[in-house]
Amino acid sequence: MRDALRHVGLTCAMLAVAAPALAASSPSDPLKSVMWDILRDQYFAGAPVVFDAAVKVTAPAAAEDTRAVPLSVDATALGQVVEMVAIADLNPFPLVLRYHPGTAAPYIATRIKIQQATAVRGAARTADGVWHVSGVLVDAAGGGCSAPPASYAQKDWADHVGEVQARLWPAADDGMARLRLRIRHPNDTGLVDGIPAYFVETLQVEAQTPGGSPTLARIDSLEPVSENPVFSLDVRPPPDATALILRGRDNQGGEIRATIPMPPPGAKPAMSLKPVGQPWSVGQ
Amino acid sequence: MSVPLLRRLVLSAAFAAVLAAGLMSGGACAAGTLTYDLKPTRIAPDTYVFEGSTKHFTRANGGNILNSGFIVTADGVIVIQTGPSRRYGEEMRAAIRKVTEKPIRKVFVSNLHPDYWLGNQAFADVPVAALPGTIAGIQEEGNGIAENMYRLVGDWMRGTEVTLPTEPVYGSTVKFGDHQLRLIPLSGHTAADLMILDESTGVLFTGGVVFCDRTPTTPHATVADWLKELDAVDALDIRLLVPNHGHIRPDKACVAQTRDWLTWLDGTLRHAVESGLDMAEALELPIPERFQVLDVLREEYRRSVAHLWPRIEQASLPRVN
Repeated sequence: MRDALRHVGLTCAMLAVAAPALAASSPSDPLKSVMWDILRDQYFAGAPVVFDAAVKVTAPAAAEDTRAVPLSVDATALGQVVEMVAIADLNPFPLVLRYHPGTAAPYIATRIKIQQATAVRGAARTADGVWHVSGVLVDAAGGGCSAPPASYAQKDWADHVGEVQARLWPAADDGMARLRLRIRHPNDTGLVDGIPAYFVETLQVEAQTPGGSPTLARIDSLEPVSENPVFSLDVRPPPDATALILRGRDNQGGEIRATIPMPPPGAKPAMSLKPVGQPWSVGQ
Repeated sequence: MSVPLLRRLVLSAAFAAVLAAGLMSGGACAAGTLTYDLKPTRIAPDTYVFEGSTKHFTRANGGNILNSGFIVTADGVIVIQTGPSRRYGEEMRAAIRKVTEKPIRKVFVSNLHPDYWLGNQAFADVPVAALPGTIAGIQEEGNGIAENMYRLVGDWMRGTEVTLPTEPVYGSTVKFGDHQLRLIPLSGHTAADLMILDESTGVLFTGGVVFCDRTPTTPHATVADWLKELDAVDALDIRLLVPNHGHIRPDKACVAQTRDWLTWLDGTLRHAVESGLDMAEALELPIPERFQVLDVLREEYRRSVAHLWPRIEQASLPRVN
């Protein structure tokens, strides 16, 4: 009888322990991801965290190509933002990138690998130290992070590493100019046996001006960013800028450098989906 | 005596809880045998179609989103597409048997997409014909395609294995009994698209070349070539058009509809890339009202952005170093 009571007692104790663990420190994750508590402690280390729909995360509900899932994080509704991060909870490397917008808009878009169906998050830290977090669920077939880069199948892939394609659009009324760039790079996660990780780590956008080269924005990029990384930023070039400079480095010390010309006279600012009253006319 | 009894009670209570949870979550599957309930519709003399849903692959429809068909000839039955799973192929064969005692003479598979050929196992005793490019495509991608179908529709796929078509076919005209079939090889929707025109009845099985009131899919598409395929359909003299996805019609209205969609899609994505939009933003672009008649519109549009955007972007951004 005593044994049996102990048994029942143990079961109750387990239930009692389990319940508070599930309801760990607030706020609870709206996406109900099993990794949230760990990731919060790892990436936001003790800083206050709020779930905030003002951070707009855009990604498809289902990943068509798990090696290149489009993702944008838009925190412009928060005003001034110091730092942003993108996280894919169930990736072998959850942290996708850190973005230091500097004078640029708190907006970044890229394409990422995902290993399985997961919560994908964007977070923005405001000057008061609070992280504003939002996210979406992305369904997916497996394997985006552990697939070998497609470019390794091309014999001359190494000759093209670091090639940059980029375009700057004229600034809109708010002073922000759309910058889009694509870098040839395997951006290999290193998960394929015997092939070391090889990915772009840092990218910095500077303005070339008569008075110097002020930094406009900086990206710390990591393994989950797709092969041949693509980024969209909204930067604020100073009025006397004669070009933008892109400087970067991969984890094996390879340098990336490119000069992005200012838009030609007469070019129009990038399209914005935000304002109303701009009806779409293509093909209609 | 009381000790083991209590322990047993605790255990059985736990077991019952697990069982209950299992029953609740797996209730749909436990309720009965899955069946596609295939019923042939006669659309022309000797010619039948199993009409599928115009949705995407789901656990509710088991992947039955196609219009497979068969033609009963004096030489035996000609089957067109074998469906998304072994189960579909077997049910299809049983349903054909109810219409005719004649043996299956030959099967045609129009392209490498999952709903065209994953039922091949049910026809392992007869020749399964496809274009060489389709056979090569299934050899290369078949396992991945099958795995993804298991993920999307689950238990409907039980027992389904990749079974390659056994006979390469080319552009030609072949006669089965009094039915003269023109095999028309094209490329655009995929790298190898087989259309089948029954010249005796005027029925055209377009495979994936034409979609009707269902948003076209683009995972293997080259849009410029696909538009040429549609021109080829326009040049044919037909009485009934059977798209693999969507409604069967006695006219070519859906050739124009497919062309309209592809032209808008390609033009819109090119314009968006040129205008500085990011791919994630392009997912949200408005779609004109006239396309609301296309089923699974926003979902397929987003899939198409994933398929088409990276190449357009790569060609558009200038080199700067």
